[in-house]
Parts: sequence; structure tokens; C-alpha cells
Amino acid sequence: MFRKLTLAAVLALSANTAVAAGSEVHIEDFAFSFEGPFGSYDENQLQRGLKIYTEVCAACHGLKLVSFRNLHDEGGPALPEDQMRAYAAGIEVFDQSMNDGEGDFRPATPADKFPANTGAGAPDLSLMAKARAGFHGPYGTGMNQLFKGMGGAEYIASLMVGYEEDPACAPEGFEGSYNSAFAAGGFPEECIDEHGHHTVPGSWIAMGQPLYGDDVEFDDGHSTELHHEAEDVAAFLMWAAEPKMMARKQAGLTGVIFLALLSVLLYLTNKRLWAPHKHKED
Amino acid sequence: MSHADDHQGTRRDFIYYATAGAGAVVTGAAVWPLVNQMNPSADVLALASIRVDISVVDPGTQLTVLWQGKPVFIRARTEEEIAAARAVDLADLPDQNAENANAVAGADASDENRALSEDGVWLVQMGVCTHLGCVPLGEQGDFGGWFCPCHGSHYDTSGRIRKGPAPRNLPVPVASFVDATTIQLG
Amino acid sequence: MSGIPHDHYEPKSNFTKGVEARLPILGLLYTTIMAPTPKNLNWMWIWGIVLTFTLALQIITGIVLVMHYTPHVDMAFASVEHIMRDVNGGHMIRYFHMNGASLFFLAVYMHIFRGLYYGSYKAPREITWIIGMLIYLMMMGAGFMGYVLPWGQMSFHGTAVITGLFGAIPFIGESLQTWLLGAGAVGQPALNRFFSLHYLLPFIIAGLVIVHIWAFHNTGNNNPTGVEVRRGSVAEAKKDTLPFWPYFVIKDLFALAVILTVFMAVVGFMPNYLGHPDNYIPANALVTPAHIVPEWYFLPFYAILRAFTADVWVVQIVNLLSFGIIDAKFFGVLAMFGAIFVMALAPWLDTSSVRSGRFRPMFKWWFALLAVDFVVLMWVGAMPTDGIYPYISLLGATYWFAYFLIILPLLGVIEKPLPMPATIEDDFNAHYGPKAGGKTATPAE
Repeated sequence: MFRKLTLAAVLALSANTAVAAGSEVHIEDFAFSFEGPFGSYDENQLQRGLKIYTEVCAACHGLKLVSFRNLHDEGGPALPEDQMRAYAAGIEVFDQSMNDGEGDFRPATPADKFPANTGAGAPDLSLMAKARAGFHGPYGTGMNQLFKGMGGAEYIASLMVGYEEDPACAPEGFEGSYNSAFAAGGFPEECIDEHGHHTVPGSWIAMGQPLYGDDVEFDDGHSTELHHEAEDVAAFLMWAAEPKMMARKQAGLTGVIFLALLSVLLYLTNKRLWAPHKHKED
Repeated sequence: MSHADDHQGTRRDFIYYATAGAGAVVTGAAVWPLVNQMNPSADVLALASIRVDISVVDPGTQLTVLWQGKPVFIRARTEEEIAAARAVDLADLPDQNAENANAVAGADASDENRALSEDGVWLVQMGVCTHLGCVPLGEQGDFGGWFCPCHGSHYDTSGRIRKGPAPRNLPVPVASFVDATTIQLG
Repeated sequence: MSGIPHDHYEPKSNFTKGVEARLPILGLLYTTIMAPTPKNLNWMWIWGIVLTFTLALQIITGIVLVMHYTPHVDMAFASVEHIMRDVNGGHMIRYFHMNGASLFFLAVYMHIFRGLYYGSYKAPREITWIIGMLIYLMMMGAGFMGYVLPWGQMSFHGTAVITGLFGAIPFIGESLQTWLLGAGAVGQPALNRFFSLHYLLPFIIAGLVIVHIWAFHNTGNNNPTGVEVRRGSVAEAKKDTLPFWPYFVIKDLFALAVILTVFMAVVGFMPNYLGHPDNYIPANALVTPAHIVPEWYFLPFYAILRAFTADVWVVQIVNLLSFGIIDAKFFGVLAMFGAIFVMALAPWLDTSSVRSGRFRPMFKWWFALLAVDFVVLMWVGAMPTDGIYPYISLLGATYWFAYFLIILPLLGVIEKPLPMPATIEDDFNAHYGPKAGGKTATPAE
């Protein structure tokens, strides 16, 4: 039985890679403020993204690994404490300890986590920006990820703007919504040519188009064009997935500088130490 | 050793010391996170302080909340309870200390030193008997305050031990008013 | 300890004399730290220290992570995220541990290929080599089981596939796999025991490392010429060697600092580059990730595993001769372990009288091809199993076996070695010239 299972897994793996190889996706290389060794999150962008998440995504998706107190964190959205508390208080969470252990809903406190997903099949978004890679290859070398980054946020933003009219080849009423950035969805046979290649990029995704532009209103009057909204919500989800990114880059930079300095000193020490034994350097 | 050698020796020594110093700094910087990771984590710290809405507590009733795994009694006392608590002769008390984390160290056990609000209405204390850790029952006992059913300790309306095996008054935790209807514990 | 003649520890104070009389630990430390080391070692002789450091790094960060980790199917994933989000500095510690595994394998591959090129495996260092291979196997076990612990999608389905390898063994495979998993499928029993073993293995590795070092301290280090240190007397040995401290400690620390600078940049700026995004999705038995690909350090052997499919004639012949007991899948498993096994046999397969590749004109090219082969196998191990890729895997796997089983034995017979320096001292002086007055190697004060 195990042999069969494993064999099935191996077969599934090869079948899947074949599908993935056949489907091209369009991932736009958005320019996020947090890219590169010195990039950092843009507080205002994260706050805008939070608003989009709250008013649109949260209808179905959850964010169960993120705590409300995190919204107040430095290097994150940095909401003022009173706003963070007000945001939490506006959301009901289930508390098992209430009503003598029967549990009841109560307004959330900063220590609580965001609610889990409410919609059937809608995945939790806490780690979505790290659980997807926008960039691959070329030819399995990983060079694109080295230079452009993993592309998780780019993937999310591209997915948001990737909803398009059904291509002409697709049959009427094919299940799902056509998205040029989504690889793993359904694909009609009509859009596959005789060599097995997909004639259109992307595939059909179960999630209906969530953002159209002008879905929210920002207090700072920032643009609510679809492209900007997509960028903002993707940045917010990147922060949700990697809330310690600023601290990490800071530590990385300090570490690199100190270790580089130590390397130079050790080089000089080593050179001097060996000098009496190496004639040329005497 | 020639003079030139001496000079070289000093420079060499400097580099050796600088390297050893830099190595020590890098090592120290690497060790600190390993120590610090054992300090309370952010989620634990977040629970170290909670806010309680007291707008629902009517005079003469008590709200019991769980804070850091222990019950906390938040009582809106009646005029009679306050008067009874303030009429007590401090000399009669087994524990002369306020046991109040908010009061200055060594404050006496007068009711003024234990109540959270100036008017004496609000009394906040840990709901853990100072004898062996049972949870005392409210509005019971010989003094109209709390009574611990485990070994019969009687507390008065200020939460002070009056009779029974418990050695100390019910401790008052760190607490403060955030606004008129919200108390922050911790 | 025997080995290269060297100065012995002389306790000076009454205290050290007293300690030494009761437990000769000071002498042991002295002999270890001051071990006479060939003075011509090049920059490929740094990886041992890098590996020792990385082992310590992994053990220390690992112990710290365990303080916050919960080995339970419902909590493992969340506890790792707890480390990443709430524990003080937890995200750095976890990223260090995660990327530390990559550093460990990078260093071990450099170390192994160093040994393969300079003939470090050859007599009298066979035992050092074999112990090294055991350490490598243990590392693979620890690396695999560590990857299970975050209980993401790759953890879960990777475990299913890898334990499935044992299921391929004829007759006992299925029971063996059940025994490994403690259940019919990957679940709580597997997670619990892999956690236990993942914690245990590094300490076994540490023990083996001590034996590994003990062994080569007896035989003396190999060196880029492959010429042995002269052992006639302490004075003679000193012409070929310098004490490990401070000469090689400082040299190795310099190299380590450079490597750690790069490592720090990876951890700080691209900690997930070497990982799989799928492992940030909690394990789900019902959905298999689109690409199950092992970590990069397993890929060469994974490619060999996949290379031998049922339509390869060798597999068909073996299948026929074994009356169908050895099917393609089991053949693949045998090939994967065999690839490591033939490497372990290198001391007996290499017939050349010359140790170092530096003086072996033909060997050099075959070795370079092996190194390229290794990289190609690593690349093709991550590619799909259709199109041209299976042929590349097969070609790569074939060369791997051919190198050890055919080329190494043959080269020793047909190759004409280049002239070698008579002593390490000569080699060193050829690079750096004798000191004024023709005297060499008086250690600095």
C-alpha cells in the first residue's frame, strides 16, 4: 500500500510539474519599498493595506497568526496605540474561557490574534506572501530569485491585477475566473494546442475578483486605482508574513559590517603571523 | 633586537589586540540573543497587562477576571461596606501592611491605602487566599467581606484578613484607571 | 598519542603537575592544540574548522529553538511561527539554524571534494575517511529530520516520499516503513520520533568528529603535495610543520570570518532563498504540493535515485536476474545509497601510488569532470522528470559510478605521475622561498 502511495506521490509530482511547465504566468515585478538590503516597509502603505484587508479580504480570509498588538509595532504599520486598541475592539473574537468554559464572543484585545478564515476554502493569509514565489528559474538555476527576490508580494499584487476577460478560446461558463498570474487552477482543454502547450497565460482561479479599484477610501487621499490597491494589500501581507523583516535586515547589516571588520583584522593578523615563515613577505 | 624590530613589534601587537578585541565583541554580540530569548516573549508580555471594562459592575457586585492565570476580584463597594472597612481599628488587624502593589512600601493597612479609587468604591485584589491559594467566596464570612471555604479564613470588606489561618491580606495587584470605566491590570 | 614527533607538554607549576599526574588532560589539550601541521596547507584546508563551528552553531541554536518548539502535529507549525514572531530575537535564531544547515552541507561538500582531489582518503587515512562518510550520513539524517519539524507542506510530503524509499526494499520494506513512521502514514508518531532523533544525531556527530580528529592527528594531516611529514626526529618534523596554534587557528578563523560575513548577508537579506515557499503552508495530508523537491544539498543523490527508471537496460537486466525482486524503484534506492558507498570505498578503489591530484595529469581532468557532474546532478535533481532531464540524470549518475568503479582503479595503472617535491619543506620554499641564511621554520616567538 505504501509503495503504491509513494508511487502515486511521485507520479503526482511529475504530472504536476508537467502542468506547471506548460502554464506560463504573468508576474509583474512591482517596485516595493521593502526590497533590497536597505529597503523598509512604508508605514502608510501598510496602513492602507490593512484597510483593504479589513474591508475586502477579511470577508473570507483569515490572518490567524498576526496579533492586533502587532499593528502598533515599530517597523510595521505602527498604528498609534489608541487606534490599534480601537481596531481590535471593533472585532469580535471567540473566548473559550467565558461563560464558565462554554465560551462566548467578546471584543478583541490587543493580545488577541486576528480571526481565522470565515469563507470555505479561503486560505489563511498570515504567511501567504512567503508561501508563494513570484519568480523562478531560469532553467532551475534560481538566478531570478537571487536578483529580484522570492516575489511573494509581487505574486499577490499580480494576482490582484491579473483578472482579465476570459480568453476567446475558453468555453462559455468555464468554472472559476480567468487570471493571468495564477498557475495552479483549472484550464480548459480548448486552450491547449496540439503540442500540449497552453495558448494563454495563467489559469482559472476559484476566488472571484476581489479588487476593482475604488474599493476603499483612504484618509490621506492616496490613489485607489486597482494597481495601487494591489500593491498596498500585497505590502501589508508581506508584513503580516514577515513582521520582523526590518529588525532582521538591521541585524544582518550590523553583522555583515562587524564580521567584515573582523575578517580584515584577522587577515592582517594572519599575514603578520606567517610573515617570518614566508620569505617573500619578510 | 634592533630598533626597527621593536617598532614592528608594536604595530604587530596593536593588530593582535585589535583582532582579539573585535573577536570578543562579535562573540558577545552572538551570545546575548541566546540569553535574551529566554526572557518573556512578546505574546506573554502582551498578556501581562489587560484592560477591564467596569461599566457593567453595579455597586455591591463583583467582577472576577482571570489575569496571568489567577482570578482578580474587582468590586464596586456600597457605602456601608466602605464605612465598615474604614471604621476598623488598625490595631485589630493581624496583617498591618496594605499589601498594595500601588501603594508606597510599608503603607499601613488602612482602607484608604487599599482601595483603588479616592472615594473608596473600587477595590481590586487578587482572588487567591493567602493561606494555601484557594479562591475565597464573596459577601460571606464573619466580616461581610470574603470567606475562604478551604480552611475558614475570614476577610473584611477591604479584603484584610481578620480571622482564620491566612497570614496576610489579599494582595492588591498593580492596577490603574485608564478612563472612568476601564481599569488596567499590570 | 603517537603520530608526528612533537614537543610534549611539561607541567611547570605544582598545580599543573598535580593535575597532570591525576588526569593527563592538560597534555592532551596541548597535544591537540599544538598538533604539528604541514605548513603548506592551502585554503581548501579550512573547511574542517568551518564544519566544527557550524556543528556548534546548529547545536546551540537548536537547543534554544527547542525551548520554544512543540513537537505536535497541531502545534508544531504555530510554535515555529511563535518563534518567528514573538520570541525575543527568535526570527534570527531560527533563520540561523535553517540556513546553518545549508552552510553545513556546503562546507561538507567542499571538505569531501578537497579529500577526493588531494587523495586524503588514501592509506593511512582510510579510517578518517570512513568516519567522515559516517558523519556525512548522520548529517543527511539530521538534515532530513530537521526539515520535518516545522510541519509545513514540504515537511509532510517530503517525509512521505523519503520514508517511501525504505518501503521499496523487497519483502521487509512495508513493515520497515511502518516501523519508521510508527503508523500507516506520516503523523504524530513520526513527528515525535524525528524530533527526538534530530536532537540526538548532532551529539553523535560531535562524538564522531572527535574520533575523526583523533584519527588524523595520529596519521598527521594530508597536505596539497600528498608527501608525508618527515618523522625521523622532532627537529626534522619541525622543518615540515608548524603548530596548529596559532598559525592554523588564525588562518582558519580568518577564512571562517569571511564565510560568516557572506552567511550573515544571506540570513539578514535573503533567509528564505534556499528554502521552499511551500513549507510556509501548514501540512495538509489531502493536498500534495506541486513540486516536491528536496533541499538543495540532497539534490545530487535525489537525481541519482530518479535516474534509474524501468526503461534503463541495466535496471531491466538486474530486474530479470533477480527474478523481479529488484524493481526500478528499489534499484533507484540502491543506486542512491550506492553512490555514497562507492565514495566510501575510494581508499581501496584508487590504485595510484601518488596521493595528490596535483601530480596526476590525467586524474585532474577526470576529477574536474566529477565536480561538474556533481553540480549538474544537483541541478537536474530539481528539474521535472520529462524531456531531456532523465537522460542528463542517467548520464550524470553513470559518470559518478564510473569515476569510482572504473576510472580510479584504471588511472593508477596507466597514468604517469609528475615529479614531486621530496619534502613539504621543499614545496613550501618553492612557493615562498627560503629565509635569508637558508634556515626555515623557526616558529615565531
